[in-house]
Amino acid sequence: MARVKPGAGPDLAVGLFVVLLGLLCIWQAAVIPVSPLYAQVGPKFMPYLVGALVTAVGLGLTAVALRGGWSRDLEEVAEAPPTNWRALGLLGAGLLVNLLLIDSLGFVFAATAQFVLVAAAFGSRRPGRDLLIGIIVTFGAFLAFDKLLGVNIGAGILEGIL
Amino acid sequence: MDVWSGLAFGFGNALSITNLGWALLGCFLGTAIGVLPGIGPALTIALLLPITFKVSATGAFILFCGVFYGAMYGGSTTSILLNTPGESGSIITALEGAKMARNGRAGPALFTSAVGSFVAGTIGTLGISFLGPIVVELALKLGPAEYFSLMVLCFVTVSAVLGGSALRGLTSLGFGLMIGLIGIDLQTGQPRMTFGVTELLDGVDVVLVAVALFAVGETLYLAWRHVEGKQEVREVGKLMMSREDWKRSVGPWLRGALLGFPFGVMPAGGTEMPTMLSYFAERRLVRPKYRDEFGTTGAIEGVAGPEAANNAAAAGVLVPMLTLGLPTSATAAIMLSAFQSYGIQPGPLLFTTQGELVWTLIASLYIANIMLVVLNLPLVGLWARILKIPTPQLYAGILVFATIGTYGISNSVVDLALLYGIGIVAMFMRRFDFPQAPVVIGMILGPMAEQAMRQALTISQGDWTTFITRPISLCILVLAVLALIGPRLWTVIAARRA
Repeated sequence: MARVKPGAGPDLAVGLFVVLLGLLCIWQAAVIPVSPLYAQVGPKFMPYLVGALVTAVGLGLTAVALRGGWSRDLEEVAEAPPTNWRALGLLGAGLLVNLLLIDSLGFVFAATAQFVLVAAAFGSRRPGRDLLIGIIVTFGAFLAFDKLLGVNIGAGILEGIL
Repeated sequence: MDVWSGLAFGFGNALSITNLGWALLGCFLGTAIGVLPGIGPALTIALLLPITFKVSATGAFILFCGVFYGAMYGGSTTSILLNTPGESGSIITALEGAKMARNGRAGPALFTSAVGSFVAGTIGTLGISFLGPIVVELALKLGPAEYFSLMVLCFVTVSAVLGGSALRGLTSLGFGLMIGLIGIDLQTGQPRMTFGVTELLDGVDVVLVAVALFAVGETLYLAWRHVEGKQEVREVGKLMMSREDWKRSVGPWLRGALLGFPFGVMPAGGTEMPTMLSYFAERRLVRPKYRDEFGTTGAIEGVAGPEAANNAAAAGVLVPMLTLGLPTSATAAIMLSAFQSYGIQPGPLLFTTQGELVWTLIASLYIANIMLVVLNLPLVGLWARILKIPTPQLYAGILVFATIGTYGISNSVVDLALLYGIGIVAMFMRRFDFPQAPVVIGMILGPMAEQAMRQALTISQGDWTTFITRPISLCILVLAVLALIGPRLWTVIAARRA
């Protein structure tokens, strides 16, 4: 196993991930049932082609990573501050809460909870005020999409009444 | 319809109260989202797509184009006052614009970019009006084989020629093509790439992908790298330009516009290259008296030229979109999917079958330009205030709209999970410098390319050589190969010589 140059580890992971993605595409192309209908080009051709393309560029990226990678040359990466786990954690919690609550409580409440958590992730220290702003924003978004654009936003507690 | 009767008809239609209202709404919304860092026209138009079920095609497209043009105007405000470019085309504007703002000349910088955008937008729109019908004339001679080759060329240029690396661009494109394959194959009815998940049979909605890439991924990335602290918004100050500022701006406006438009029209679209070229040109052409201002106190030429180039290139992108049905930017790709949602087949026939729509749209582009320059200058105080929305609430708000736009598609939690999944991928794409636009373009154009390929092969009765025996198709494919390997070959030759 060739030794990976310092700083190129993440790039190598990306390259291998892309190879896997390509193989996944080829596998999914292989399981497409063969059509009884006549066609010059069947439904499998394009997926095979795309799978081959992705696998090939994935191998290319892996080769570049083994030779030192590309992301250490990026200014944005070199100057990047350390990972902000607090912000990422709170943001992830916000998305998860939204995902878990939206079916039972409805959009307005779930998205308000998300709003408060996301605002906290980006450094807001006044959850009470964010709650108020969040309700106004989500409710406004609901009215705009449901009433003006005519999008059905499901039947949550509040949405059912309106 | 020829150009003049087309334009006459278009203006007659576009000047109705309803259509003027759509244009005004689009311009206003577009400027606001252009000013706000973190959201761009692609995301906004994607979120507005449901409007296609309620409003006539004409109204919806006038709105979309207003947003598209407005975002270009708004983007420069952010570059100048905040020194953070809202989109790739404004990076160069930030160079000189932010320096002018630091020296108390934010007003003239905003003024020259607004008027420059107007000049370039009008020249660009004139270009669309007169070039469009000519391209259509040529395009009508193309068959499915040529179309497929043209799409291949488009894939190559948007992914491999623009941006930092061909490998990474092609990876993004491949990812988009994969997403585009998900769902039932229209020709044979077979499910593809669905992993047995029934929710995926209908395919992945373009709104979901756009929101994941441009809202969720971006927000995740910013949280990853978040550092507490406030950004400083510069004061606008005196807005008017002096007589000398005018004299110094006119040349750069015109040169920028003439440089930008052809870049937008070519499938190698994108706004980075023309804005950069315009910047270097102005730096060279500036009168010696002002040369020292570049890079120090900020030179007005360095704002006027690139800003004009940016707007003209953006207008140019509409030419391949309206005449060939080829999108060369993420925003154009999403607009193309709006055509599909009306059941309108984009392509050269658009000018004949949907002539009324196309000419009304073009006329409303002229109107939007006038509205924008009128709207922008007196309201600049309002736009500067929008910039003061604090980051926490801004990104929390963006995610609210991301949620509603996605959940509204079919009220399904599976969609939300997919949104977050692609959002996480998009976050890593940002970190590892993979471009986002090829994903959207691959997803929309991929299925169209597959259809064209199958049609071409049906016509040729399965003969694959049809793509290289038809002369036009061969030429386009050779161009695509050159675009792919040309730059690399050049580096090798240059390295040998050195």
